[in-house]
Amino acid sequence: MTDAVITAGHNDETEAQVAERAIDEKACGFWIYLMSDAIIFALLFATFVVTSHNTADEPGGHTLFRFPHTFAETMLLLASSATLGFASVATAARQRWRTLTWLGVTFLLGLGFVAMEVLEFYGMAVAGAGPSRSGFLSAFFTLVGTHGAHVSVGLVWIVLLGCEVGLRGLNPFVASRLYRLGLFWHFLVIVWISIFSVVYLPGIL
Amino acid sequence: MLGKLTIDALPFYSVIAMGGALITVFGVLGVVALITWLGQWRYLWTEWLTSLDHKKIGIMYVTLALIMLVRGFIDAMMMRTQQAIALGSHGYLPPDHFDQIFTSHATIMVFFVAMPFLVGLFNVVVPQQIGARDVAFPFMNSVSLWLTASGAALVMISLVIGKFSTAGWSAYPPYSEAQFSPGVGVDYWIWAILVSGVGSMLTGINFLVTIVKRRAPGMRLMLMPLFTWTALCTNILIVFAFPALIVAAALLGLDRYFGMHFFTNGDGGNIMNYLSLFWMWGHPEVYILILPAFGVYSEVVATFSGRRLFGYASLVYATAVITVLSLIVWLHHFFTMGASTDVNAFFGRAAPLIAVPTAVAIFDWLFTLYRGRVQFSVPMLFTLGFIVAFVIGGMTGVLLAVAPVDMHNTIFLVAHFHNLLIPGALFGYLAGYQYWFPKAFGFRLEEKWGRRGFWAWIVGFCLAFAPLYILGFMGMPQRLDRYYVAGWQPYLIVAEFGAICILCGIIFLAIQLAASIRDRAALAVSSGDPWNGRTLEWATASPPPAYNFAVVPHVHGIDPWWAMKQAGTAGHRPARFHDIIMPDDSSAGVVLGAMSFVFAFAMVWQIWWLAAAGGLGMFAAVLSQTFRDHAEHRILASEVEAIENRRTMAPALTPGAPT
Repeated sequence: MTDAVITAGHNDETEAQVAERAIDEKACGFWIYLMSDAIIFALLFATFVVTSHNTADEPGGHTLFRFPHTFAETMLLLASSATLGFASVATAARQRWRTLTWLGVTFLLGLGFVAMEVLEFYGMAVAGAGPSRSGFLSAFFTLVGTHGAHVSVGLVWIVLLGCEVGLRGLNPFVASRLYRLGLFWHFLVIVWISIFSVVYLPGIL
Repeated sequence: MLGKLTIDALPFYSVIAMGGALITVFGVLGVVALITWLGQWRYLWTEWLTSLDHKKIGIMYVTLALIMLVRGFIDAMMMRTQQAIALGSHGYLPPDHFDQIFTSHATIMVFFVAMPFLVGLFNVVVPQQIGARDVAFPFMNSVSLWLTASGAALVMISLVIGKFSTAGWSAYPPYSEAQFSPGVGVDYWIWAILVSGVGSMLTGINFLVTIVKRRAPGMRLMLMPLFTWTALCTNILIVFAFPALIVAAALLGLDRYFGMHFFTNGDGGNIMNYLSLFWMWGHPEVYILILPAFGVYSEVVATFSGRRLFGYASLVYATAVITVLSLIVWLHHFFTMGASTDVNAFFGRAAPLIAVPTAVAIFDWLFTLYRGRVQFSVPMLFTLGFIVAFVIGGMTGVLLAVAPVDMHNTIFLVAHFHNLLIPGALFGYLAGYQYWFPKAFGFRLEEKWGRRGFWAWIVGFCLAFAPLYILGFMGMPQRLDRYYVAGWQPYLIVAEFGAICILCGIIFLAIQLAASIRDRAALAVSSGDPWNGRTLEWATASPPPAYNFAVVPHVHGIDPWWAMKQAGTAGHRPARFHDIIMPDDSSAGVVLGAMSFVFAFAMVWQIWWLAAAGGLGMFAAVLSQTFRDHAEHRILASEVEAIENRRTMAPALTPGAPT
């Protein structure tokens, strides 16, 4: 028979213990959230792939996508991934202002990416290739737009977190939030690489 | 200014719809008046609505489920009555209204009865079963609850303002597209699904982290109680499957709001994509509903047979296999929709495989009963009723997995899934409700009306659904608001009688609750362990203090509480108590829920300024919590000691009791 006992070997719970556990659990929860978000993107990718030929006699990727534009977007996002990496390095070294600077650069690069995407969407809509023209265009706008919306949320997050870093400094909670922002941002870059390969490349090549 | 909302949205079109609206409105007003008259608003707000205590959140979840069960059952009763009399006539419901009712019945039963019921049981039980003081994310837990409640409120308000969807609970396009369903009904459905779906996602993440990270020291995965195991698997399925539902509903919404072409007939749309997306969630959802019930049955069978669960490891593996298989059988929900033969063949082979692990589970419960000292308590009655009825339902499922048979989309299907979901899920939740009621409230539910309730449910269930199997063989399609085959009517009248029996079952359970509250002093469980339980949730007081465990237990085996009672250490008082840190209450969750309701309602009626306001409100509610790092308070050791001193410890078991 197994035995089990209640043993009283613990001390009072301290705020530090509670905080440490909370940070660990939030990282775990955030990974799980990212996994479910990855499924949402996977389903949008699948929807795009099966409708990629359903152009309903409207223009397809070959006529709509411009390689220089997409390439520039990609470079902006990749660069932002690197600068956010520099921000994490600065956070680890407890350098508040350097963290802020790199966060600022990341924000500008991300903003540039979103602006370019809005321009692309606007140009397509004006040219008569809006999301309501064909199944292909619906899937394109939804997949790329969902990614763009995520990046925009990331931008809001960067602003809020930047304010917090400036006001409160780099305490462990703030550092943990920067860590999760990093996860989110790098995840979005990976998704973009997939969008570049699956959505744009076949249309451009 | 008010978008599509005009005075025509009020249900003046039919007396019955008007009646439903008035009952809803007066019901809400009555509750508001009652609370005001009792002067309990402050108590309700501070002790319940803003509470982050997982036990209270669980109780609120179950309360929501029971209220919505009544609404969903009224829908069922109306459908049965219509079909019983509508031979060659219109019956008493216009077709459009009948279609709303079968849509809302299923939507409510799945999303606003079953889901909140099982999540409520998780909330009350799982943290205590794993020896934890709380869930990992208490605030997110409150958000989940209020998002679910907001979705339920959206379905309820569609009774009063506008009409609900007529497209069935699965909202198949192209019928659910704006071209064929231009009203707001499908939009109500979409937003109720999206709002509550996000709530379910958050629940999934929360409980996964709770079970992975917060188990008591020593509780390895293969020592977890079965209910916690099924909770783990269920939440894995929630995290994997709900994204598909969210995508399906969102894309349908994009078609409707922005004229996109995901699922339209022309312009490059493809309805098969919707079916795959919807059922990629929809089939795992069946197991999201059933696995928690399997967990309840496992606990109930072991406790009321007075012996350890037979084949613990095989039951765990069966649960895990069901979890995996449930993700690869979704296509059997639309064999007739025109997938290729090879695709149908693959899913036709995969689907009946699930019968294997399910049979393992059934045999494990049977062998636990075998030579046990079985007590026929109310939870046990529901469990036994389940075992018998579920086997029949499972076999009809194997029949339906045969792709070529000509029964798909007949009422045989309706009988089949009710046969799985009533005994397989609802009986489990009711058994859990009876079993853990004393845990949550400190007194048992009385037995007499409980037994009557069970017998009314099981007899009513058989009478209501056995005729539908026969009607399916006779070729009656599902969802008929009228028919012209005289031979069907006698069966439908029997089914109506069965529904009346189930009505009695619901009334008996309500009487049971009322009588138990009246006699709560006599039914009190001072020891906290009324059933001679085996798992850790019975180690806490009933009802438990906010922190559950004054001292976190160390676990060395399966059924740790039983082991403690055997070893005589169950009643031991710790040498000294310690400070405990618990989360503060927060009103942001309930505010977020209310704002999500405003937002979704405005989106349904396309009142853009109100939607923007609701969205901002949601953002503000989240923001108010985001940067709060020290939202917790300290319960001093002296307070813990005072609370624990008031508690009577369970007596240790006599040695030699069966294990």
